[in-house]
Amino acid sequence: MKALIDLDKCTACGVCQDVCPVGAISVPETHAVVSDDCTLCGMCVDTCEFQAIRLPEVGTGAVTDAAAYRGVWAFAEWRRGSVHRVSYELLSAARRLADKKGVECAAVLLGENLGEAAEDLLRYGADVVYVVDHPALRHFTDEAYSRCLVELVRDKKPEILLAGATSMGRSFIPRVAAMLQTGLTADCTELDINDEGLLLQTRPAFGGNVMATIVCPHGRPQMATVRPRVMRAEIQPRNGRVERVSLPEDVFRTRVQVLEVIAEEDTTAKLTEAEVIVSGGRGLQKAENFRMVEELARLLTGAVGASRSAVEEGWAPVSHQVGQTGQTVSPTLYMAIGISGAIQHIVGMQGSKIIVAVNKDPEAPIFDVATCGVVADLFEFVPAFIERIKRG
Amino acid sequence: MKIVVCIKQVPDAKNVRIDPHTHTLVRQGVESIINPFDLFAVEAALRLKDRHGAHVTALTMGPPQAEEALRDVLSRGVDDAVLLSDRAFAGADTWATATALAAAVRKLGDVSLIFCGKQAVDGDTAQVGPELATLLDIPYATFVKQVELGDEGRLKVVRKTDEGMEVWRLPLPALVTVLRDVGDPRVPSIKHKMRAKKAAVPVWGLADVGLSEDRVGLKGSFTQVVRVFSPPKRADRRMLEGPVSEQVEKLFQFLKEAKVPGL
Ligand SMILES: Cc1cc2nc3c(=O)[nH]c(=O)nc-3n(C[C@H](O)[C@H](O)[C@H](O)COP(=O)(O)OP(=O)(O)OC[C@H]3O[C@@H](n4cnc5c(N)ncnc54)[C@H](O)[C@@H]3O)c2cc1C
Ligand SMILES: Nc1ncnc2c1ncn2[C@@H]1O[C@H](COP(=O)(O)O)[C@@H](O)[C@H]1O
Repeated sequence: MKALIDLDKCTACGVCQDVCPVGAISVPETHAVVSDDCTLCGMCVDTCEFQAIRLPEVGTGAVTDAAAYRGVWAFAEWRRGSVHRVSYELLSAARRLADKKGVECAAVLLGENLGEAAEDLLRYGADVVYVVDHPALRHFTDEAYSRCLVELVRDKKPEILLAGATSMGRSFIPRVAAMLQTGLTADCTELDINDEGLLLQTRPAFGGNVMATIVCPHGRPQMATVRPRVMRAEIQPRNGRVERVSLPEDVFRTRVQVLEVIAEEDTTAKLTEAEVIVSGGRGLQKAENFRMVEELARLLTGAVGASRSAVEEGWAPVSHQVGQTGQTVSPTLYMAIGISGAIQHIVGMQGSKIIVAVNKDPEAPIFDVATCGVVADLFEFVPAFIERIKRG
Repeated sequence: MKIVVCIKQVPDAKNVRIDPHTHTLVRQGVESIINPFDLFAVEAALRLKDRHGAHVTALTMGPPQAEEALRDVLSRGVDDAVLLSDRAFAGADTWATATALAAAVRKLGDVSLIFCGKQAVDGDTAQVGPELATLLDIPYATFVKQVELGDEGRLKVVRKTDEGMEVWRLPLPALVTVLRDVGDPRVPSIKHKMRAKKAAVPVWGLADVGLSEDRVGLKGSFTQVVRVFSPPKRADRRMLEGPVSEQVEKLFQFLKEAKVPGL
């Protein structure tokens, strides 16, 4: 299969040829031609202003009766005695989607000794909280957690299921999707409902400097994971109900044995709580130059952050990395010095109130999220700025 | 013991982005590389082989040129390799990918252990490993930083979680997705390079793994990309250009007005 060209609409303008990441499109004379190298990535479809390109239809997979599925669910993550914050964020997102569709919104809480946690979830917009409280759920295992969630989904048939892209969610949610035989979109940064009522799932793609919107037309539920702090939690109490569900014992059986759980001190709290963060990237060129970032942070009574490249160079410890594989931060002021702004970095800091970026490349993607963009050589700008602050 | 390592060839995406003016994809310097996390998966497999003896097969699903990736890991000491390649596999989402890989693993037969990378850097989904294990109905552990094979033929792994570490024991057959902590990938050796050059790499298509066209590729996928675009710009952005001294002064005043501490 490959992208299909509508010969009546194609003007042979050649734009698709330039966007194709695998070089599968050529435009010999009158219209574009797609070769067998086409990977069906879809890059060309949207860039064609004549709507002359489309992809073949996706399959229907295992046939599910889509109409029988109703409601929006958020998986609530129980972590050693408290509900993880991402759960409230997801629940608020689920509430918005449910309102848009005019359906119920529910949370699912799995764990042991859950106390009042379910009642607390009602405050974030759930009409109902399904609770499975069982000793076998004390420690997370992919198998027991998946089986529980799958049992609930098969029974109640929600149309949409959201979960956190945490170490837990990223581990067991793919299993849930595979067991239910449905699609799953990871790390969505935006969720919406289209005119046909389908979930529009937007996420970074192609290493992240490009966004893609994905739908799951046939599989149910439509499933997506979202990283912590991407959505905003909102308190909106409801007259909801808590439903405690008991499941057959064999649901909790698992082949893995959890031998030990070792909690680690969170050494990064300082970074995530800082009001000001000054971060440095590869643009600083060497370790000595990174001291500039540290000095600036000190003057602004802030913390020091780093891009992954800077961490990989050894200029800053890994606990200071900001981004997808580092910390997610949202200070009042975030200064990015010599950071290009790859999406993996941006997802970790775009929630900051003021973003100042210093970069000599005016096309650097960091400027797309900056409140204030300084196009300058950092080796000139930063020392001068430090001097200015010292002068007061 | 038979071990399979799943590797993926990905575009070196560092430079992939949409040009803000022409709205076309900037492709400058985009080459194919082996998904970095998969080299750690290869290393984890080879370390088990060094200690306990094993036969390690590298498996990839991709276009014909993905054979390069297989030859690369053969030169690092992997015993043999299989390329899953067929036009029908194109456009696969993680589910359709896992479906094809599962069929190939079944065909290989009698596999005790499967290693995957933590995630592929092009899609970043981390879904294929767990989905593959689910389709094969074997237990798995994700985000593993340490792997040990016990005498009783069970696997002991240390997983990294958001909150710390966990030690798990799994019966074989099992699947593990690994982090870089399992050990730095070894470099190709002369001996293995020679072998890799000559090695036959079988190519399996749809019929070879016994799947029908509607279960793989775009047709077998549940998810569909409907739009691709550049990340939106911030509406309230201001750009400071001109001489450095002016930029310094403007930023200083701006931050002062915003009541940033320390100013
Ligand atoms: C799975 C995955 C997860 C990742 N997770 C993260 C993550 O959590 N956090 C993260 O940060 N990255 C992450 N990355 C890496 C990310 O894709 C980028 O590679 C990284 O953020 C780039 O770091 P950088 O901006 O410091 O370096 P570069 O991209 O090399 O950018 C350096 C910038 O400095 C500018 N510059 C150079 N010299 C000067 C000068 N004299 N004056 C001013 N400007 C100058 C350049 O114009 C350039 O824009 C991840 C990648 C993957 C694949
Ligand atoms: N096409 C493929 N061929 C072989 N292995 C793959 C393929 N896609 C993904 N994998 C494996 O699954 C892991 C996770 O990939 P992903 O779910 O795409 O992030 C990778 O690190 C590989 O080990």
